[in-house]
Amino acid sequence: MTISRREFIKAQAALAAAAVAGVSLPLGVLSAARQTPPPDADIRWDKAPCRFCGTGCSVLVGTKDGKVIASQGDPDAPVNRGLNCIKGYFLPKILYGRDRLTQPLLRKKDGVFDKEGNFEAVSWDEAFDVMAEHWKKAIKRSQAENKGKSVDEMTSRVGMFGSGQWTVWEGYAASKLLKGGLRSNNLDPNARHCMASAVGAFMRAFGIDEPMGCYDDLEHADVFVLWGANMAEMHPILWSRLTDTRLSRPDCEVHVLSTFEHRCYELADNPIIFTPQTDLAILNYIANHIIQTKSYNKDFIDKHVQFETATTDIGYGLRPEHPLEQKAANAGVGKKLPSSFEAFAKQVAPYTLEYVSELSGVPQDKLLRLAKAYADPNKKVSSFWTMGFNQHTRGVWVNGSCYNVHLLMGKISEPGNSPFSLTGQPSACGTAREVGTFAHRLPADLVVKNPEHRAFAEQIWKLPDGTIPGKVGYHAVLMHRMMKDGLMNCYWQMCNNNMQASPNLNEESYPGWRNPEVFVTVSDPYPTVSAQAADLVLPTAMWVEKEGAYGNAERRTQFWREQTAAPGQSKSDLWQIMEFAKRFKVEEVWPPALIEQVPEYAGKTLYEVLYANGQVDAFPYEGQITDSRGNQYPNHESQDFGYYVQKGLFEEYRRFNSAPDILKKGHEMAQFQAYHETRGLRWPVIDGKETLWRFREGYDPHVAQFNPEVEKGDVYFYGNKNGRANIIFAPYEPPAESPDEEFDLWLCTGRVLEHWHSGSMTRRVPELYRAVPDAVIYMSKDDAKQRRLRDGQMATISSRRGTIKARVETRGRNRPPNGLVFVPWFDANRLVNKLTLDATDPLSKETDYKKCACKVERA
Amino acid sequence: MNRRDFVLGSLRTAAGVGLLGLGLGLYSRQASSLPAWALRPPGALDEDRFNGACIRCGLCVRDCPFEMLHLARLEQPIPTGTPYFIARDAGCEMCEDIPCVVACPTNALDHALTDINDADMGLAIVSDQEACIAFQGLRCEVCYNICPLRDDAITLDLEQNLRSGKHARFIPVVHSEHCTGCGKCEEACILDEAAIKVLPRHLIQGELGKHYRLGWEQQQQAGGALVAPDAEHRYNLPEGMRYEHGGEGLIEDSTPFPSNPLDTLNKP
Repeated sequence: MTISRREFIKAQAALAAAAVAGVSLPLGVLSAARQTPPPDADIRWDKAPCRFCGTGCSVLVGTKDGKVIASQGDPDAPVNRGLNCIKGYFLPKILYGRDRLTQPLLRKKDGVFDKEGNFEAVSWDEAFDVMAEHWKKAIKRSQAENKGKSVDEMTSRVGMFGSGQWTVWEGYAASKLLKGGLRSNNLDPNARHCMASAVGAFMRAFGIDEPMGCYDDLEHADVFVLWGANMAEMHPILWSRLTDTRLSRPDCEVHVLSTFEHRCYELADNPIIFTPQTDLAILNYIANHIIQTKSYNKDFIDKHVQFETATTDIGYGLRPEHPLEQKAANAGVGKKLPSSFEAFAKQVAPYTLEYVSELSGVPQDKLLRLAKAYADPNKKVSSFWTMGFNQHTRGVWVNGSCYNVHLLMGKISEPGNSPFSLTGQPSACGTAREVGTFAHRLPADLVVKNPEHRAFAEQIWKLPDGTIPGKVGYHAVLMHRMMKDGLMNCYWQMCNNNMQASPNLNEESYPGWRNPEVFVTVSDPYPTVSAQAADLVLPTAMWVEKEGAYGNAERRTQFWREQTAAPGQSKSDLWQIMEFAKRFKVEEVWPPALIEQVPEYAGKTLYEVLYANGQVDAFPYEGQITDSRGNQYPNHESQDFGYYVQKGLFEEYRRFNSAPDILKKGHEMAQFQAYHETRGLRWPVIDGKETLWRFREGYDPHVAQFNPEVEKGDVYFYGNKNGRANIIFAPYEPPAESPDEEFDLWLCTGRVLEHWHSGSMTRRVPELYRAVPDAVIYMSKDDAKQRRLRDGQMATISSRRGTIKARVETRGRNRPPNGLVFVPWFDANRLVNKLTLDATDPLSKETDYKKCACKVERA
Repeated sequence: MNRRDFVLGSLRTAAGVGLLGLGLGLYSRQASSLPAWALRPPGALDEDRFNGACIRCGLCVRDCPFEMLHLARLEQPIPTGTPYFIARDAGCEMCEDIPCVVACPTNALDHALTDINDADMGLAIVSDQEACIAFQGLRCEVCYNICPLRDDAITLDLEQNLRSGKHARFIPVVHSEHCTGCGKCEEACILDEAAIKVLPRHLIQGELGKHYRLGWEQQQQAGGALVAPDAEHRYNLPEGMRYEHGGEGLIEDSTPFPSNPLDTLNKP
């Protein structure tokens, strides 16, 4: 049947009119409409991971006439089995917000760039010309400053702020451009605000990053403990798996710990509200209980554990002149000292039930019940945590103290016994961590500080010796300080919204971005708060407008193909990175000594050196991508560069994690094409087989390789040279800022189910915007009453750093105790990051968004 | 009568007629809208067209073998003389030969309706889950049992009763694509006030976002994956363990014997 456009519009109009008038249509029409429609014959379906949280649900994307018009949960996906949360339900709509950016925009006055000018449309050429001019100027200054310095002392005035929402190859290409090409380690992802503490703790305890368990732990545990993770809203599909286990498994129990009551408390058998920061003490109490009751697994400890102790009094990651840093004896020191079981027992001994109950405000019976659950040798315990642990001025410590408890009991690396760090972002693991887009990292857990690691990267990247600088670059928060101080002059933000995310906007980030000595580029699909504060805005292809790969929290790598063209002149971050590399000749960024090593590179651009290097451009592009069913897909980067870009980048990346001669085993991945054919594979993938639980013989083939004498089913922590995991004692130390007489409330920030991060996508979906339009101040009824505030009333909330206005909510889904308020950060109209403090964990450099002091008053 | 009186008198008359007209108009508007508690017989056209087509002859009411159809009286907020029924009093028995439709001389009850199962008189909704005793775990299921399209229009979802710890709950679920709105469920509901009600479809039926599909339903309808099926997954596993990819996950193939024969032989 053919139907003309006119007829179609008429029919639609009749339907719409009937719907508005509330009239019912004749029987025939209605009963036809009531039948469930058969699978749409003219829609092309393909799989893609959801682009929101770290769960990694798979969806089927329906495209028709070049537009994504439909979606469904992927019934074959092991993670979600056809389900989606409410954000995933609306995925197609995030592509079609009415204010999508379609062309590069540059601040101009009288036809030329002017930091104080208004945004005007420019061509990609002009955009990159102006941008490159600023970058080259800054690089020249860096080169002058670096003269005579060793590679370990080099600094740079250019930097990039990337994302755990970047695709794997976008992160990889960026790392190459910054670290290998422009010789700047000032590359950091927004995962710094999100996962850095988890990474730090993994490296300190196990010597290798990412969880040992997988989501199957959700079906195998007897006891679930949530530490600062609101899974009910932030990992909705995982929460429904956990809930199902709680409902169906006899004697299953759920312990929930947070500083305020949230949706997870609906399922809590042991609901615990603790005073902010005292999670450190609670974990030490549990360790103490395990030791006092002699419940610990002595055999496991003797064979698999080494004891250490953390350097204490380490400050709060603030500017060095801040009084708190001046006062700290060992500001920023991460050194661990050797220890023993006996010394550890002595260190945790002061954390008695009485003392910790008093300190944390948690009744003794609840603490005891929690400790007993961990200490019961017959109960399998899985601990889950997210930002409550990570966004913490002692984030690395608190992550580590949780490992301590699991290691004392030997409850690790087997089905149901799992300390599990959940990720917030869809590819915090896959891109930020595995590719290594942090200021201190290189791909596959390698670090810039280690000359052997740098040499290995240089060899794979075919770069001259000593190209990659050895000094750790500026992390996310430090970048803003450096910009404010004029020491970093060029900043490129991709795939996130740091002006809405970064702490202490008024005093650090905004002055940094608007510093006349700084040129800021923002790549985004939408005019975000960051775009508003930028100098150059680049229109960006998002999600299925490009071919991509994400890695979720259970080490599962998932691929998708480009489904539809991005609007206007939008291009992917990958295209932008590679195209920008064409603007630099090696002579403009490298000293002659480097080029002398590789005379064939003389006169070449960084694009030629880094991407057209015989590896990245090794796979031909046939003009389209074809799947196993014969469906065809575009690929705009490959179209423009003339080779299969994503495949080339991924296969080169695999030289870091899967080649025979690699430095750190344990991250092996399958070949590129395998991922297009599966619903993701959990690494290490060895001979085509996925690994579910790491470090345990039988489940993880590396164990027998590293330790041929290993007993059947035993563990071996091969990330550390001695095969042992580290139990590292860390004490309770107070937070950077606590409520006082003037600022008398704790402020905790976070997310809500309906909105993703800063809301730049989900607030453009009308249904989600209608569901949760504005951020509110969740507070207790008593606190509201005391301030003469009623529910729904507008209030001002202020900290030492700023003030915003929002309505009061006392009956909402979050129920803070007296003395604490919770404000979500998705709302661009009320930037809660004006209030937050830029105190970070001195070890992980991750901001504590969960604790600062504020006050709430009638507006 | 002077000119002034004439003008005033005319104005008064005009105003009076206007008021009467307004009143009539309001009455007829109200009278042409059907209240939610009244349902039309099977095959009724949509309400506007039905009111135009029905000649108030009463033949449908006369021919209903169960006498559950009524003619609206003047004082009722239903267009006078038109047929209706009240589900709670007596629902439609869904006669196979649909005598009411056959009797209709004007097609106000659409003669195209030949299979009573295609009728659309309204839609049932479990309107009060607190009152409905099935949600408490009591074995009622009266609505399900009486439903003429049982297992199509109403099904039971079996859930665990976590309160009792050892029973199931039998939760009635209405399926809008099959429910004819006959009203038997509401009629039969054993509560003092029915917890399942039949209402005009447009008042209660929701609609999935046009862009979204339920993946597992589409897969079933298509008879397989809409995209290339997942490739086979293989896992590193210890002996005696299997991994089922369809949802069961890790499975231990256990026997009553320990893997080490010495454990059996040296058993104290």
